Amino acid sequence: MSSDTLKENVMREERLSGGHRMCAGCGSPIAIRTVLRQLEPGDHAVVTGATSCMEVSTFMYPYTAWKDSFIHNAFANAAATCSGVETAYKALKKSGKLDDTYKFITFGGDGGTYDIGFQSLSGAMERGHDMVYVCYDNEAYMNTGIQRSSSTPHFADTTTTPAGKVIPGKLQKKKDLTKIMVAHNVPYVAQTTFIGNFKDISEKAHKAIYTPGAAFLNIMAPCPRGWRYPTEKLMEVTKAAVETCVWPLYEVIEGKYTLNYMPKNKLPVAEYLKMQGRFAHMFKPGNEWMIEQVQQEVDKNWEYLLKSCGL
Amino acid sequence: MSWKASEMTPDVKWQDITPGCNIFEGSTSAVVETGDWRTTKPVLALDKCKQCLLCVPVCPDMSIPVDQDGKRGDFNYFYCKGCGICAAVCPFGAITMVKDEK
Repeated sequence: MSSDTLKENVMREERLSGGHRMCAGCGSPIAIRTVLRQLEPGDHAVVTGATSCMEVSTFMYPYTAWKDSFIHNAFANAAATCSGVETAYKALKKSGKLDDTYKFITFGGDGGTYDIGFQSLSGAMERGHDMVYVCYDNEAYMNTGIQRSSSTPHFADTTTTPAGKVIPGKLQKKKDLTKIMVAHNVPYVAQTTFIGNFKDISEKAHKAIYTPGAAFLNIMAPCPRGWRYPTEKLMEVTKAAVETCVWPLYEVIEGKYTLNYMPKNKLPVAEYLKMQGRFAHMFKPGNEWMIEQVQQEVDKNWEYLLKSCGL
Repeated sequence: MSWKASEMTPDVKWQDITPGCNIFEGSTSAVVETGDWRTTKPVLALDKCKQCLLCVPVCPDMSIPVDQDGKRGDFNYFYCKGCGICAAVCPFGAITMVKDEK
């Protein structure tokens, strides 16, 4: 809850178990356990998973890392599956066949959210089911070997956008999914990542779960393998993403934008890019234009966001 | 037919697995040791630890237990994969990563 200290936060019940097979240092289990900790004691969850690293590593028959119910259907229909279960729950509750409180949460990677599951997500949000869709955004198809997605940032080196003599990494810009979800006019949309004492992400997760109606949470969850940085630097990478305004922390409640963190000194994007091997080619002599272009794109998005927040 | 995850061994024939591969209990992965992936391991110096708890939420493997008084205990090496995020966020240098030799 919003009044939680870090101590109260980490003393809440963990609803993800060890023994899952995500890589060492992976960002996504950190996102998932943080979101699930925000469920109030006694409340159950029904978790739906899009096909993703998270799904194949936490749900290998017969081993599940989830304490709550978990259902995987297909890559494209996680949000549709969740909305169906939520509708069935409402019917059971109405007819008095079920008393307990259940919360409906869908987890998807950026591939299952920005690309393949986009239509089912859009439909579930528009129909206004009482559910939360959580995207753990690691900016490529990491599960199958780091192929580009529509979330992969401009110039990033992936196996399908290899930086070299022919192309300078990914040719297109990253899709701004958080803003697309705001355009669905749902009661709660937020963008967050792991910062310091986890206050920002925890508060947003609680609001997303307990706001009646559809909510969307976009969490940057770095992938050390795909982004090519040493595993222990995870919190440095997310901090740099926020301090450079590459990944601003903001929420939109009933259409009203609020900026949750204003960097004291907005750092140049190079501070974020230089930590990661996927951007290493941008620092070679003659490629300075790439960094300049990314800086311009980030500045433009940041100014637009400030304007949206009335700042 | 077997309905418990612990009875689902590689010897179970396909006819005897649960329909739809359903599992009827939570947290069955808790028996899986992932600690043997480790090449480096975190070591806690309790005298330097100020119980700020910043290391607890950053662990991807729930390997830092917190007791009922809100104090962290020693690492759960059964799950810890040795990523080192906890050592990097510790403001007091209470966690050091050492080579994990078997």
